[in-house]
Amino acid sequence: MSRRRLDRGAGLGLGAAMIWFSLLVLIPLAAIVVKAAGGGLATFGHVLTESETRDALLLTVKMSVLVTVVNVVLGTLIAWELVRDRPRRVGGAAGVGEWLWGKVRVVVDLVIDIPFALPTIVAGLVLLSLYGPHSPLGLHWAPTTQKAILVAIAFVTLPFVVRTVQPVLEELDTDVEDAAASLGAARFTVLRRIVLPAVLPAIFAGASLSFARGLSEYGSLVLLSSNSPHRTETVSVRLFAFIEQSNTESAAALATVLLVVALLAILVLDVVQRRVARHG
Amino acid sequence: MASLGGRWLRRLIVVGYLWLLVLWPTWYVAKNTLVGGFGAFWDLLRLPEVTSALEVTARVSVIAVAINVVFGVWLSVVLVRYRFPGRRVLSALIDLPLSVSPVVVGLALMLVYSPAYGWFGKPLSSAGVQIVFATPGMVLATCFVTLPLVIREVVPVLEELGEDQEQAARSLGAGTWQTFRRITVPGIRWALVYGLVLSLARALGEFGAVKVVSSRIAGKSMTATTLVEARSQFAPHEAYALSFLLAFAGVVCLVIVALLRSLGEKS
Repeated sequence: MSRRRLDRGAGLGLGAAMIWFSLLVLIPLAAIVVKAAGGGLATFGHVLTESETRDALLLTVKMSVLVTVVNVVLGTLIAWELVRDRPRRVGGAAGVGEWLWGKVRVVVDLVIDIPFALPTIVAGLVLLSLYGPHSPLGLHWAPTTQKAILVAIAFVTLPFVVRTVQPVLEELDTDVEDAAASLGAARFTVLRRIVLPAVLPAIFAGASLSFARGLSEYGSLVLLSSNSPHRTETVSVRLFAFIEQSNTESAAALATVLLVVALLAILVLDVVQRRVARHG
Repeated sequence: MASLGGRWLRRLIVVGYLWLLVLWPTWYVAKNTLVGGFGAFWDLLRLPEVTSALEVTARVSVIAVAINVVFGVWLSVVLVRYRFPGRRVLSALIDLPLSVSPVVVGLALMLVYSPAYGWFGKPLSSAGVQIVFATPGMVLATCFVTLPLVIREVVPVLEELGEDQEQAARSLGAGTWQTFRRITVPGIRWALVYGLVLSLARALGEFGAVKVVSSRIAGKSMTATTLVEARSQFAPHEAYALSFLLAFAGVVCLVIVALLRSLGEKS
């Protein structure tokens, strides 16, 4: 597709859009980096090695990695069930079980988006009812255990892998799989050699989004986690405390680390999408 | 072919996981909220501080979404139709709000607009203009986090549409503005509606970034989400009622988008 160079009217439009974008995004983000750099490497070292912040970082990374692994496995499984596991009909009629699965599948597809629809603070309140002190299941994880943090991050990141893998699976032609199977390839071999390579970029993209989102989660943890130092305090909660204390140097140093991770996640996404576009 | 048992095991895992993680807790809160009947629920929503929080949220969301729609379309057109240095960087930066922590967003705005230590905030404050701890700050925070939602819907549609019609209009003598209004806007109409509804859902529910930049005075500058936090401990019924309303609004927005999309696919 041809793209035009800027004429004068469009130049003004671009200018106005860029001024807004600068005031909203560029200058504020630059302010974080400038503030962090102003303290020099010493501030970085000081903030990141201070034991409470270090523990918060380590905990958040650990929790996000764990949840991302769960999302990769279960998210891919959910996407697979949604796309490939259509209710089976034997001799024109579906059994009761298959009929029921047909209905459940529709509900599953809707439920995946609920974490996107709920405000994070509401997600915290919702999860507190089942995993908090009054849990009907007897699972008193929140607010004092790290399991509560896992549940919160799993909730808010649920849609990412499912929604990146699902469309790729839908586009995937089953002819190649049928051909491989007819040539004698076992079911597992077909999955490993044909399906997996095709969906791997999507899984990777979903995983990177899920990791970045997990690392930056704040709202759902406010109510679900006791946020006690060294044990259940995550990075965003620590960052909020720095801001409340007007400790802007430490806040900026910690925020810079989070920004770099967020940028890396976007970079991964961009590279993967470009590769997929080229091969597709 | 997979065995019958394996198939049902997979289905059971999927349903069990979603039931425990999403459906059961959500249903449980809905039940707890409405346990006293609709009348009690309605009375809670009419408490002055709750009404005020809902007003603040509605005001901030509507302003932020309106700004976002205008600049979102503008930035999308610029990104798709023109070549200029830094285009790819701009495109990548627009996705940033999707993965950056809302608290980082709040801090970024504070460093620029805070009356105590912000780059622009200090001079603006001595001139009597308050950004942070007032409505403009909350609007900025909401705009930041909803920025990609309009653009990500509109950009692929603009790419799909191509430029043929726009060029035809221009060769017949239409100006930039006329072409935009008569050709481009009708073409992206639906994408714009999706982006608008998704932005609205996100704006109503924004918590972290808004919490950092607002003064959080109940009855004055508290948003619905920050009031949920404030009330969760000592007035849980208010928190539940507000949560239910916010969740309901979010789900309605998503259902609207899903319905419009399936209608669009059919036609």
